[in-house]
Amino acid sequence: MREAIREAMSEEMRRDERVFLMGEEVAEYNGAYKVSQGMLDEFGEKRVIDTPIAELGFAGIGVGAAMNGLRPIVEFMTWNFALLASDQIINSAAKMLQMSGGQYGCPIVFRGPNGTAGQLAATHSNSYEYMYAHVPGLKVISISNPYDAKGLMKSAIRDEDPVVFMESEVMYSDMGEVPEEEYLIPIGVADVKRAGSDVTIVAWNKMMKVALEAAAELAKEGIEAEVIDLRTIRPMDYDTVINSVKKTNRLIIVEEAPPFSAISSELSHVVQFRAFDHLDYPVMRINGADTPVAYAPTLVEAYLPKVSEVVKAAKGSLYR
Amino acid sequence: MVAQKFNKGTYLEWYRSMLLQRRFEERAGMLYGQQKIRGFCHLYIGQEAVSAGMMSALKPEDKIITAYRDHGLGLARGMNSRECMAELYGKRTGSSKGKGGSMHFFSKEKNFMGGHGIVGAQIPMGAGIAFAEKYNETGAVCATMFGDGAARQGALHEAFNMAMTWKLPVIFICENNYYAMGTSVERTSNVDEIYKLGYAFEMPAEPVNGMVVEEVHQAMAAAAERGRKGEGPTFLEIRTYRYKGHSMSDPQKYRTKKEVEEYKDMDPLITVKAHILKKKYANAKWFETLEQEIKAEVDDAVEFAENSPFPEADELFEDVYVQEDYPFLS
Ligand SMILES: Cc1ncc(C[n+]2csc(CCOP(=O)(O)OP(=O)(O)O)c2C)c(N)n1
Ligand SMILES: [Mg+2]
Repeated sequence: MREAIREAMSEEMRRDERVFLMGEEVAEYNGAYKVSQGMLDEFGEKRVIDTPIAELGFAGIGVGAAMNGLRPIVEFMTWNFALLASDQIINSAAKMLQMSGGQYGCPIVFRGPNGTAGQLAATHSNSYEYMYAHVPGLKVISISNPYDAKGLMKSAIRDEDPVVFMESEVMYSDMGEVPEEEYLIPIGVADVKRAGSDVTIVAWNKMMKVALEAAAELAKEGIEAEVIDLRTIRPMDYDTVINSVKKTNRLIIVEEAPPFSAISSELSHVVQFRAFDHLDYPVMRINGADTPVAYAPTLVEAYLPKVSEVVKAAKGSLYR
Repeated sequence: MVAQKFNKGTYLEWYRSMLLQRRFEERAGMLYGQQKIRGFCHLYIGQEAVSAGMMSALKPEDKIITAYRDHGLGLARGMNSRECMAELYGKRTGSSKGKGGSMHFFSKEKNFMGGHGIVGAQIPMGAGIAFAEKYNETGAVCATMFGDGAARQGALHEAFNMAMTWKLPVIFICENNYYAMGTSVERTSNVDEIYKLGYAFEMPAEPVNGMVVEEVHQAMAAAAERGRKGEGPTFLEIRTYRYKGHSMSDPQKYRTKKEVEEYKDMDPLITVKAHILKKKYANAKWFETLEQEIKAEVDDAVEFAENSPFPEADELFEDVYVQEDYPFLS
C-alpha cells in the first residue's frame, strides 16, 4: 500500500513540476510510516519538505501555495493531528473558490492515515471522514487497497479542487496488484467488490475488511452479500448503492466512526428517500461506539465494529 | 548561577527518584517487547534529572502538566508504581483505569494533570491551570512542560502572550532533548536557542543544564517564587537528552552512537551517586540496598499489573460524560 501511494505521488511529481510534498518527517526520516521513502533522494529538498510540528502553519502555507499556482501534497502524520489544521482546510481551502467568486481555486491534497491503529488511546484513534465530508468545497477519499490508493491519489493530485485523502496506518503493509501501466480512478465512483443478491453491505477504508469477512461468513450459510467500497465519501456514489439495494432490498453500512452525524446517517437518509419502495428492512448500520476510543485492549475491541455484528445484522435483515 | 547548597536528604531523595524512574522504564521497555504494553510508549530515560530537580523545587499544591513522555514525571511526582504499571498494561487498576495508557498518566491526588498526546496542546492548558490558581488566589504555580518539537506550535505563542499579559503563575518548561522524533532542533527553526522565544514577549527566560539536577532545582525554585509573588510566567529551556528512541520503533538514524554515549557519560545517576559518595552521605551498602528495594518495587508493580483485570466492555461508556444516565446511541 505505501508503495502504491508513493508511486502515485512520484509519478505526478515527475509529470508536473508544480507538485511538491510537505509534512512532518516526510524527507530525511523518509516518512513516519515510510510512505515517502526515497522521495527526498529523487526530488531533492526543494520538493520534499520537512516541516516543524506546526500543522496549522504548514497547512496554511500549502493553501497559499495552491492559490498561487502550485499543487501541494500536504501530509499529516495522522488525521488526528490535522485537527489543528482544520481551520485552514475548512475555512480557507474549501471556501476559497466561492469567496473569490471563482478567481482563486485551491488545488491541494491533504493526506495521511486515519482511524484506529491498535491501542493508541483517545486522541490518536479517530476517523474523520464524516467531518470533512460535511464541508461543501472539499472532496473526500478514503481508500482500502493499493490499486485504489494509487489510481485515486493520482486523480486527487490532478484535481482542481481541494481533496482530503485518508489512508490507514494498519494497512500500509497490505499487498495488492497494481498494474505497470498508468491508470487513474475517477473520484466519486464506488466499487462493487463482491457481487451478491441477498443483502448489500457498504464500507470504506479498513472497514472493508470487516465487510468482506462478514460476506465470507454469510456465504457459508448460503447468504450472498453484495459488498460495495465507497472509496470516495464526497461526492458520494449514491447510484451504485441504490442500484444494489434495488436488487437486494437490504442495506448494512459499516463505519468505524461513532454513529451520531455520521456518513452512515447521510447514506441511510438518501437510500430511504430514493429507494423506499425497494427496502424490505430498515437500513442497518454498524458503527464504532458512541464514545472516544480508550487504551485497554478490551475497550478497543468493544469500540470497533465487528464481523459478528455485521453478520447478525445481515441475517436479521433476512429474518434469519 | 549562585550555587545553592543542598542537604543530604535532598541528594538521597533525588537519587532514589531517578533510580526508580530508570528501573521502572527499563522494565516497561522490556514489557513492551513482550507485548504486555501496547500502543505508543515514550521512555523518559536520560531526562530524569529534570523531573527530580523540578519536584524538589515545587510544592504539593502546585500543578504539573506535560506531554506523552510522562512516566518519569508521574513517578517523580509520587504516583505509585503499581497504578503506573497497571496503566501501561491497560488494566482497570491503572491510574486512568486502563483508559489512557502510556501517554495519559493523571493523578488528581498528586496534582499531576496529564499526560497529553497532541503535541503542544498542554501549553495553553497549563496557562489555563495557572489562570485558575490566580483566580482563586492560591499562590500555587503550574509547571507546564513540552518538548523542543512542541515549541514550534502556534499554540505556544498564543499562550505565552496571554500568560505574560495577564501575569499568570505558570512556569513554561521546554525539555529540549534536541530531537522531535527524527528532526533536530536546528532543522525546525532559525532560532535554535529555544529560551529566546520568551524574549518576544519580554518573558524572563533562560537555558538550564538539564543533566545537572541542582541547576534544575534552582531555576525551578526561582521561577516558582516569581509566580507565587504575582510576577508572572517564566520560560525555562531545560537542555536534556533521551537515551532511547522517540517511541519504541525508532531506528535512530538521525543521530550518532557517539552523541548518545557522550550524554550517557553525564548521566545524572552517575554524577549524583558520585557526589553522595564523595560527601559520605551514604555508602556503597546504601546504594546496594536501594537497588534491591527498587527492584522489589518494580517487580511488585509488574505482578500487580499482571494480576489485575482488564476493564469490561461496558466500561467504555463510563467516564465519557459526568451525567450518569447519558443516552448513548447504540
Ligand atoms: C499535533 C501533533 N502533531 C504530531 C504528532 C506526532 N508526534 C508525536 S511526538 C512528536 C515529536 C515531538 O517532539 P518533542 O516536542 O521534541 O518531544 P519529545 O518527544 O522529544 O519529548 C510528534 C511529531 C502529535 N502527537 N501531535
Ligand atoms: Mg524533543
